[in-house]
Amino acid sequence: MNKIGMIDEWYPVGLFSQLDPNGRDTWLMGEPIRVAIDGEGNPLVTGGNGRVLAVCVRYGHVWASLGKPDHDLFPIPEADQPGRRLVEVGVVRVRCSPLRAVENFLDIAHFPFVHTDILGSEPHTEVQNYKVEIREEEDEVWATQVKFYQPQAAKSASGGITTEYMYRVPAPTCSVLYKTCPPRPSEWDVITLFVQPLFEDVCDVWPWMALYDDDTPMTDLIHFQQTIFLQDRSILENQIPTLLPLDPGMEIPTRADLTSVAYRRWLKRHNYTYGAQLVAQ
Amino acid sequence: MKLYDYILSPSCYKVRLMAALAGAALELKPVDFHPGNEHRSPAMLALNPAGTIPILEDGDLLLTESSAMLAYIAAKAAPGWLGGDSAEETARIQQWLAFSARLTSSLGGARLTQMLLVPCDIAALQKSGIAALRELEAGLVEQSLRGCRFLAADRPTIADIACFPYVALAPDGNVSLDPYPTIRLWSRALRALPGFIEMPGIHRLHELKPEPEVQAEEA
Repeated sequence: MNKIGMIDEWYPVGLFSQLDPNGRDTWLMGEPIRVAIDGEGNPLVTGGNGRVLAVCVRYGHVWASLGKPDHDLFPIPEADQPGRRLVEVGVVRVRCSPLRAVENFLDIAHFPFVHTDILGSEPHTEVQNYKVEIREEEDEVWATQVKFYQPQAAKSASGGITTEYMYRVPAPTCSVLYKTCPPRPSEWDVITLFVQPLFEDVCDVWPWMALYDDDTPMTDLIHFQQTIFLQDRSILENQIPTLLPLDPGMEIPTRADLTSVAYRRWLKRHNYTYGAQLVAQ
Repeated sequence: MKLYDYILSPSCYKVRLMAALAGAALELKPVDFHPGNEHRSPAMLALNPAGTIPILEDGDLLLTESSAMLAYIAAKAAPGWLGGDSAEETARIQQWLAFSARLTSSLGGARLTQMLLVPCDIAALQKSGIAALRELEAGLVEQSLRGCRFLAADRPTIADIACFPYVALAPDGNVSLDPYPTIRLWSRALRALPGFIEMPGIHRLHELKPEPEVQAEEA
């Protein structure tokens, strides 16, 4: 229930394209921070006591750390492939644990009920078996061979298709999703969820995408992803308990929850517990 | 009819919902309200100096007030939604149409602050939002005593569509609907209408489960 284990990680704190010389006040794990742009066009993020925080710019966003990160931000090699449209979806605040926002993103079983007629529909509710592992070398959670029937998998999809997914958790509050790309079956669309932990029970979510889609107007791509995420938001704000339980006391996971189980185990192993409930109450 | 639209805007949703219920076709033109601020771009300000959406275009007609759009769509495609069978009903419809602006500024403002980080005095917005909800609850209770389930009549009118979205989305601005049982019944009645469409944050009604089979016990 503290931020020690997560203090040296990178977190998204703003869109680079929307940096303001006057600065924007926000929070990072309970600490007030100010996100600004300096005279030379570089991001400048200062902490509560005025100290300058470590920053980097990647995937359209400014990333900052309260501690001393000993590693670069995780790579997304696909993000640099030519021809992809990079979509800045914009911030949405959610009154939920940052870890819950990521866990919900990893879940497939809710598609027919929350994203009805878009990412899922009844009676196609079955989650087929898929593979989950914690990759030791990269130190990331991966779920592969995830398949699901979707009425409208992407803005570029016409009609229902069985979509294949891979999920990846490369940092405690970030997830990268690889998804069947309807216009280019040999490639994966990349959809990310970058979460800024403001407090243990409030977060700002910055979705971002790198898609192969030459036809759909940018605004439609943004609105498609905002639709999906705003359908999740009202569910996320009503989850009980607010913090993500890491003690398997009260919950009985099913086979469809394998990714969530691995994510929670990985969080616990690394002491990534800001936004987590350690003992079932 | 062309609607300059934002998928997360409750005011735009009013127009989409009215068109769906009336069976009228809309051509949607998505506007990058967030994060792009496109509604304040020179091209959009030329259409609507107020810098707001929705905007509805139909031939020479250009509307920038959502209540006027509801009246226009109803008059064209489903005049029953205009109501007005009696002087009282006409007055009630006008009363709630005007009242809906208070919901927009209070509950809508709280939602923009809590969800999309638009800076505002959140406590003041929530307070005036709660005052408006209490007034709406009282109005619906009085209607139910007259045997009416809707705001102005025993059938839905444009007044209900004008008030429904910001009320249903009040929890987005951290204003609970738990204290208002009549509002919840009203919301359910609206969501049960044939042709109803949803928006993010307003879920469709789930089909009722079939009655459980109860077998009579043998004596």
